[in-house]
Amino acid sequence: MGWRVRLSVDDLACRRSGRRIFSGLSFALAPGEALTVTGRNGAGKSSLLAILSGRLRPDAGRVTLGDVGEATLPECLHAIAHRDGLKGALSAGENLAFARALLGAPRMEPGAALERLGLAHALNLPVAYLSAGQRRRVALARLLVCHRPLWLLDEPTAALDVASQALLAGLMAEHRAGGGLVVAATHQPLGLDGARTLHIEPAAPAAPVADADEETWA
Amino acid sequence: MIRTLAALVARDLTLAARVGGSGALSLVFFLMIVALVPFALGPDLNLLARIGPAILWLAAVLSTLIGLDRLFQADEEDGSLDLMSAAPVPLELVVLAKVIAHWLTTGLPLALASPLFGLLVALDGTAMAATGLTLLAGTPALTFVGAVGAALTASIRRGGLILAVLVLPLMIPTLIFGVSAAQSASGGTVPFATPLTVLAGLSLIAAVVGTFAAAAALRWSE
Repeated sequence: MGWRVRLSVDDLACRRSGRRIFSGLSFALAPGEALTVTGRNGAGKSSLLAILSGRLRPDAGRVTLGDVGEATLPECLHAIAHRDGLKGALSAGENLAFARALLGAPRMEPGAALERLGLAHALNLPVAYLSAGQRRRVALARLLVCHRPLWLLDEPTAALDVASQALLAGLMAEHRAGGGLVVAATHQPLGLDGARTLHIEPAAPAAPVADADEETWA
Repeated sequence: MIRTLAALVARDLTLAARVGGSGALSLVFFLMIVALVPFALGPDLNLLARIGPAILWLAAVLSTLIGLDRLFQADEEDGSLDLMSAAPVPLELVVLAKVIAHWLTTGLPLALASPLFGLLVALDGTAMAATGLTLLAGTPALTFVGAVGAALTASIRRGGLILAVLVLPLMIPTLIFGVSAAQSASGGTVPFATPLTVLAGLSLIAAVVGTFAAAAALRWSE
């Protein structure tokens, strides 16, 4: 551990299906910092995370990861989307073992990771038998099976009970103590101490994006 | 990279074994089509033997379509595709692994079972072996071509029909060379090896073009 990764985002704009979602987003995170992204439904929180994870191309602007050496962007991040990405027919352990083989840079054994999230008993249970909150915890256990400096979390506390939310807060604090970065889109407080907040405003008519609007309607 | 490929293939094979479904289903569908033909044509053994390889190939093309629509859609729905596309491996490798696993569970059983089903259309021993061999060489081309359609329709609900309309025309070359190879084994002017080599070539081309095209289609649909 002991990462010294920085993330900087300059003047980022996102457009989906010809519609401007947001524009002019800028922020920078130093090692150990966290960012909570807020905004109304449809403001573009998930789109921002998709751009950061490299799945979506930004309309304008730049995302740079500093001080990562030779590593490429996918080798630096964990993305937990609002869909869990688990296979119901496979057991929790098999799902995590697959993620570990796919993502590389192994850290914890699937069993140990599940134990940290209080799901040791689910190791050999098919994920289809688990409740929504338990599935969420299996997805979050992915964070522990591989080394990644940047965690991108989309609504990480959705369906989690209070105890599990505290557990997640502990995991994130531990990750940041090691120099890791956390970017989380959320509607609820996550218990991130000293986290910076980014509120995504809708592309309001008052904002100077008139030319972009014309482009959209052209 | 080979280890990742193996992990991806093993995962899809495990899923196919647990969930069941498409592999066994496409084999039953194959049997159904082959079994229907003698009922439609009547008990003319000479006619059946002459068009037998063509029937087996047509049935193989149609039953390849079964389950193909779920190739990427299942992973798209539960978010696994997002996980795989954000992984530090090229999306092409993911596509290749998924298509290999799909072929192992649908195309390969079909090719292996075809000699048995040849009995239903009165094929002799040579024709049975030849048809089985051509299916073994040709079904990879069908699966890879189908994978492009599956990638294009991954995020469309009920995309199965669009998928069939999209990929069936692209399967025509494979069908032509598959049937002509199978028929040349039991007489004719063309030596068996010529169309079989073309067929194997088609499979190799489809493997390359299909892998890249399907990965591009998945990226584009993001």
